Amino acid sequence: MHYIPLTEEECRQMLKVIGVSSIDDLLKDIPAKKRLKQALNLPEAMSEQTLTRYMQALAQNNVTHESLPCFMGAGAYRHFVPAAVRSMSARSEFVTAYTPYQPEISQGSLQAMFEYQTMMTQLTGLPVSNASMYDGAMAAAEAALLAVRSSRNNVIAVSKTLNPAYRTVLETYTANAGVSLLELPLADNGQTDLSPLADTDPKSLAGIMIQSPNMLGVIEDVESTKSSIINPKTLLIVVVTEALSLAALKPPGECGADVVCGEAQSLGLPVNYGGPYLGFFAVKDNLVRKMPGRVVGMTVDSDGKCGFVNTLSTREQHIRRDKATSNICTNQALCAITSAMYMTCMGRKGLREVALLNMKKSACLKAGIQKIKGFSIPFEGPVFNEFTITYSGDTESLQKHLAEKGIIGGYDLRCTYPELGNAMVVCATETNTLDEINQFVSALAEWAGEVS
Amino acid sequence: MNCKDPFPAASGLIFDEPLIFKRSVPGRVGCSLPEDDMEGFSFDLPDDRYLRQDIHGMPEVCELDMVRHYTRLSQWNYSVDLGMYPLGSCTMKYNPKVNEELSNIPGFSQCHPHSPIHLSQGSLKLMFELADYLKEISGLSAVSLQPAAGAQGELAGMLMIRAWHLNNNDEQRVNVLIPDSAHGTNPASCVLAGLKAVEIKSGSDGRLDPEVIKPWLNDSLAGIMMTNPNTLGIFETHADTISDMIHQAGGLVYMDGANLNALMGIVKPGDLGVDVQHINLHKTFSTPHGGGGPGSGPVAVSDKLAPFLPIPIIEKDDSRYFLQWDRPLSIGRLHGFFGNFAVMVRAYAYIRTLGPEGIKKIAQTSILNANYIQEQLRDAFHLPYPDVCKHECVLNDQLQSQYGITTMDIAKRLMDYGFHPPTVYFPLIVQGAIMIEPTESESRRNMDQFINALLHIAREAKENPEIVKSAPHLPKMKRLDETLAARNLTLRWTEDEQGDT
Repeated sequence: MHYIPLTEEECRQMLKVIGVSSIDDLLKDIPAKKRLKQALNLPEAMSEQTLTRYMQALAQNNVTHESLPCFMGAGAYRHFVPAAVRSMSARSEFVTAYTPYQPEISQGSLQAMFEYQTMMTQLTGLPVSNASMYDGAMAAAEAALLAVRSSRNNVIAVSKTLNPAYRTVLETYTANAGVSLLELPLADNGQTDLSPLADTDPKSLAGIMIQSPNMLGVIEDVESTKSSIINPKTLLIVVVTEALSLAALKPPGECGADVVCGEAQSLGLPVNYGGPYLGFFAVKDNLVRKMPGRVVGMTVDSDGKCGFVNTLSTREQHIRRDKATSNICTNQALCAITSAMYMTCMGRKGLREVALLNMKKSACLKAGIQKIKGFSIPFEGPVFNEFTITYSGDTESLQKHLAEKGIIGGYDLRCTYPELGNAMVVCATETNTLDEINQFVSALAEWAGEVS
Repeated sequence: MNCKDPFPAASGLIFDEPLIFKRSVPGRVGCSLPEDDMEGFSFDLPDDRYLRQDIHGMPEVCELDMVRHYTRLSQWNYSVDLGMYPLGSCTMKYNPKVNEELSNIPGFSQCHPHSPIHLSQGSLKLMFELADYLKEISGLSAVSLQPAAGAQGELAGMLMIRAWHLNNNDEQRVNVLIPDSAHGTNPASCVLAGLKAVEIKSGSDGRLDPEVIKPWLNDSLAGIMMTNPNTLGIFETHADTISDMIHQAGGLVYMDGANLNALMGIVKPGDLGVDVQHINLHKTFSTPHGGGGPGSGPVAVSDKLAPFLPIPIIEKDDSRYFLQWDRPLSIGRLHGFFGNFAVMVRAYAYIRTLGPEGIKKIAQTSILNANYIQEQLRDAFHLPYPDVCKHECVLNDQLQSQYGITTMDIAKRLMDYGFHPPTVYFPLIVQGAIMIEPTESESRRNMDQFINALLHIAREAKENPEIVKSAPHLPKMKRLDETLAARNLTLRWTEDEQGDT
């Protein structure tokens, strides 16, 4: 077994040093009747060459967005990642290090994380960012728990336009925390209908959670949402599932959000069949000591030189145990550092330009679909790179048609938003060429022509 | 002692490197944007209420600046690829290169999680089979791969225990017994699931004594959370007896699987009466730690908890793998998609590389190595639990404290010899604990050097304590002031910031 360096002779010598005659002598504290008598029922070992061939063949049973035109978003976004980002983030000094508990020999990860935190504050418009959460859905759930802790209230008003998977995770995380979730329905313009807040006792309201751009692609009006808050203890939580949008849209932190959190996969991480992604979490200064997750701070060493350490750990589970602000321990550090590398590479100008290019591509797709008879765009408001389309006709036949044309279409909204009828949310990014957009529009038009 | 080798650490050329923001030059660009293939197409940008004009402060550097920046930063890190990293309970084993490569196959990395089922059969098959392997290794009957890390696996487990009791109309069952040697995540996860953490004392031999749980065996009992082997590196010999007692009292047994590396192929947690355990793919199954993550914390359960697993679970019929969402008793979801898939690819490749014999050999060797180290440190350091250990051993600074030397001093001094320090001051029940887990990956020569370094330090403590107290001497940074960091919070760079790094 080539992952174990010891030779049989070395094992024998080591057993002798220990003073036992076999490894079994080291297992005596495990009751004999519980010890396995036979080998595990697992597939036999493979050589590296066989394994590589096998895995490549297995991967061929997947289809990638590089091999077929793909217009899927809904929480996972296709973006071009420069080679320099992949190359730097694959450096084994970052990849094979542990959590920087010994800061003197972990300054690389720590400084990179401090830079990541800084960039997230620049994107979100809030002064504090933590060092990552598992993913956007979990970050949103933790934001709700933070609102409950900080306000000592228990109602979280949640927009219907929050990604439904996030909503489910939020329900799971808050189910046993005495939190009650109040749904804010969908307004006619695709934004959140805030009117139920009028019937809610402001004293009970811990937070309002909206997503922007929302699940249907519509950009929410963060400022008006903020002005609907009466109780100063109520936190405005803005969830962003497509972090690249922050490069083109007004930072929610400048529009009154107390917490901006969500998913930053789009900043340099591949779609990876759903993970690992990057939950980000930014807050106002007054919430820093109640915030979940690790955070890196600047300090000095005994020679007075500037350096970095994990700080505020008295909030965390390894010190505070059952009184911790969260149970999170392992986070998504390498993903955060990768996204800092992406932001560094794209830079102040490139990030904004690529974000605007996303707007242009989606506007182009929208213009094309708008012309097809039988398809309509239900919401007029501004969008980033996703928007909702509705259509008349049978969804299964549409999906079959797209499959025959070799196109991965949008995300089907019928289950989660039945009030929209036949609807899907489609996403065009800088990775979609004009040619792909035209193919998609033609395929939809062809189907609409066939069914009408 | 057979170690004539010099220690691996040396001083060398290390570059200083400022914060990336200080490399910025206005107008500099480091990326190549895709060509605009839509010239002539015009559209209306949102109005100023929605649009931003600039990302103030974001770096403006060229590609080479970026590459040098991160290369220099990377060289300030200690890593498994650089040297021995014997952090107890962290299982810092070698992270095979082939696994990194396989996880980057475009078929895996560029497959969208909302892809139709017929276009993602490769991912689904891999996840289905990985779950099967983990069932076999744990001796449990169902697995969810969704939790993104060990603590989220713990939360999943505790939520299932809570759901099971609620389903039995046992709302009052909230007490979860947690030994004083447990990881801090255990009580924190427990509370997040609406349960109450009850700390119980470990026995004088480091094991849980069935007697101490007796007072808690009543109708308030929800269950127990045990780590096995525990954080002292000791097998919980009474685990099955304790499981029986907990079950008879109507509770359930959670096993923290952080230390599963020691048990694979030797004993199955399911055979010890465990109802639910999490498994750290980033410890036991060789996926890298990434400076703190991403990890993956699948959760395995017995028959009775299977209906409560997070949704979706992956099922298989005659022709295909698919996602099953229709599970009315499920605790719900913990992740926006299916968990940290690319981490699962690495763990899958690792299990397929090892096979059943390899897996068992990993566990045996991890135990051999820990005992080898423990044995040779027995005279120079105090061993609070001197018996045979499993995959890790625990020492402390009791013998060194007479010279004013603490565990932290010993840890920092190890850096000067070229080793990452072990886990320190944990478990909490051992004063000044030094917890060493060599893993199966280290050669005898590396372990001999490490042992020798600790013996040197024990001698230095007596003869030249100053050099130990003022350590480390070789790393780029001297000891950092953590109190100052927490008092004068600086969590981001701003342009008017004074500090010069």
